[in-house]
Amino acid sequence: MIIKGKVHKLGDDINTDDIIAAKYLDSQDPNFLGDRCMENIDPSFSKKVNKGDIIVAGQNFGCGSSREHAPIAIKGSGIALVVAESFARIFFRNAINIGLPIIELKKTTKISNGDLVKADLAKGVIENKTKSKLYQTNSFPQFLQKIIAKGGLINWIKSK
Amino acid sequence: MGLTLIEKILKKKSINKRLDDFIYAKVDFCFGNDITAPLAIKEFAKAKFRSVYNPRKIGFFCDHFVPARDQKAANNVKKLKGFAAKYKIKNFYDTNTCGIEHVFLPEKGLVKTGDLVIGADSHSCTYGALGAASFGVGSTDLAAAIKEGRCWFKKPETIKFYYSGKIPKWFTGKDLILYTIGQIGVSGALYKTMEFSGPVVKKMTIEDRFTICNMAIEAGAQTGIVEPDKKTVKYIKAANPRIKNVPLLKSDKDANYYKVIKFDISQLMPQVACPHLPSNVVDVDKLKKVSLDQVVIGSCTNGRLKDLAEAAQILKEKTVKKGLRAIVIPGSHKVYNQALKKGYLNIFHKSGFMVSPPTCGPCLGGHTGILDKGEVALATTNRNFIGRMGHPESFVYLSNPAVAAASSITGRITHPAEVGGGSK
Repeated sequence: MIIKGKVHKLGDDINTDDIIAAKYLDSQDPNFLGDRCMENIDPSFSKKVNKGDIIVAGQNFGCGSSREHAPIAIKGSGIALVVAESFARIFFRNAINIGLPIIELKKTTKISNGDLVKADLAKGVIENKTKSKLYQTNSFPQFLQKIIAKGGLINWIKSK
Repeated sequence: MGLTLIEKILKKKSINKRLDDFIYAKVDFCFGNDITAPLAIKEFAKAKFRSVYNPRKIGFFCDHFVPARDQKAANNVKKLKGFAAKYKIKNFYDTNTCGIEHVFLPEKGLVKTGDLVIGADSHSCTYGALGAASFGVGSTDLAAAIKEGRCWFKKPETIKFYYSGKIPKWFTGKDLILYTIGQIGVSGALYKTMEFSGPVVKKMTIEDRFTICNMAIEAGAQTGIVEPDKKTVKYIKAANPRIKNVPLLKSDKDANYYKVIKFDISQLMPQVACPHLPSNVVDVDKLKKVSLDQVVIGSCTNGRLKDLAEAAQILKEKTVKKGLRAIVIPGSHKVYNQALKKGYLNIFHKSGFMVSPPTCGPCLGGHTGILDKGEVALATTNRNFIGRMGHPESFVYLSNPAVAAASSITGRITHPAEVGGGSK
């Protein structure tokens, strides 16, 4: 899969309360959650996102609660890919399980807000079109690739 | 090469009895609450699943936005109730029958040493205190487990935390874990299991160990775990008399640890985490000038009987500072009842605290104690992220129950010794 979009740059330790405030957790509607994505740290976030855009963040992205509403909100906001230096554990598995593409990139500091980035998920290559740079990432272990290839955990279970 | 405790449990529960890099394992119990389980049910329905693996091994606990704060919350509880009835899931607990899931489950005897438990709530790591392998997961994980009784795990790497020294007065499990997170940071144990050990942990109560393991997630950990001992056996047998044998599982002497980190706690005092990360930890004495609008005692971290006892001891014959909003939330109905019998609730009431029914309350900004712009709270809860308890420009400090009680008397962050709570 190839994803091409504008970068929305975020810092380290973006937590699940940042991604979607707990008061909205009684909803399971991706559009409702998407409109409120990152509200606590940037109330205009969802308005700035165009469908297919990319979040690029630092370490420990998605720390905090287990709420699957977080990756759903990100997807619902129109974001197609999250690139981070590392992911918090439950966010990581939730993203894999629901089929939100994520990539771990060792250093994300060289990518700036607004850069145009193209990511080839299969090859693990990220191309920064704005800065004319290529970054190589580690591909996921085989076990996870199988789940990703099926589009998430439920489909993977059904296919077994 | 030997195995750590968490590795032993996962190996035993794995389908192929191996410790591969990724482990697919049978779970002994899976559960969710009124915000995560409705999403699991939605996924379950979307997948067109029509059966559950074992109704006795599934649980729904309504604790977050209950008693229903609005119609949506009511609808979510109704969905769970309907699903539980349809699939004969007995462990459905509405708000008047449980309390906070992580206080209630162990108390009810639903988890024991050696079990593999997953909960669609990040603080499901709490039960590591009983020597269980317990993991927070997402709603889709829960949906899959309800159907299959299985879950995937990354092979755990263990960091051993070894605590020695004399436990200072007013220094509790909360202070131990806050201090640790302060030292290693919110991603200091990312994807690792934190094994809490040493004479200090041995000396601490099961309640303190729950508090310690509960906050392992705040250091990014996969889970926290404590080797079971006599205290564990006593606790589990009291909670569920049908459990006759509690295995005293241990990490092997030649187990492979990712890292061993040692702390001597003799010289420490109660710790407080400042906004907006649980790792912004300082000595309570450094925050004397922070004045407060609200104090909250409760949560899955510090809503147990010992916590209430410690706070009540400080509050006896004292009065909450005029103008301060003070709320105490017993963690379960059992805790509520015990605190009532022991006179703690009367002490809280007389001092000016509002006694809330057992729920998650304002911890995650759900209801019953939301902060407005600029307001400052001291809470015995587990997270102080931006907007966690309400307005994005409100501020949450985290402490142990005695510090919270002392601070409610003075209206600013206060060491218990300052209000007559004995020497420092």
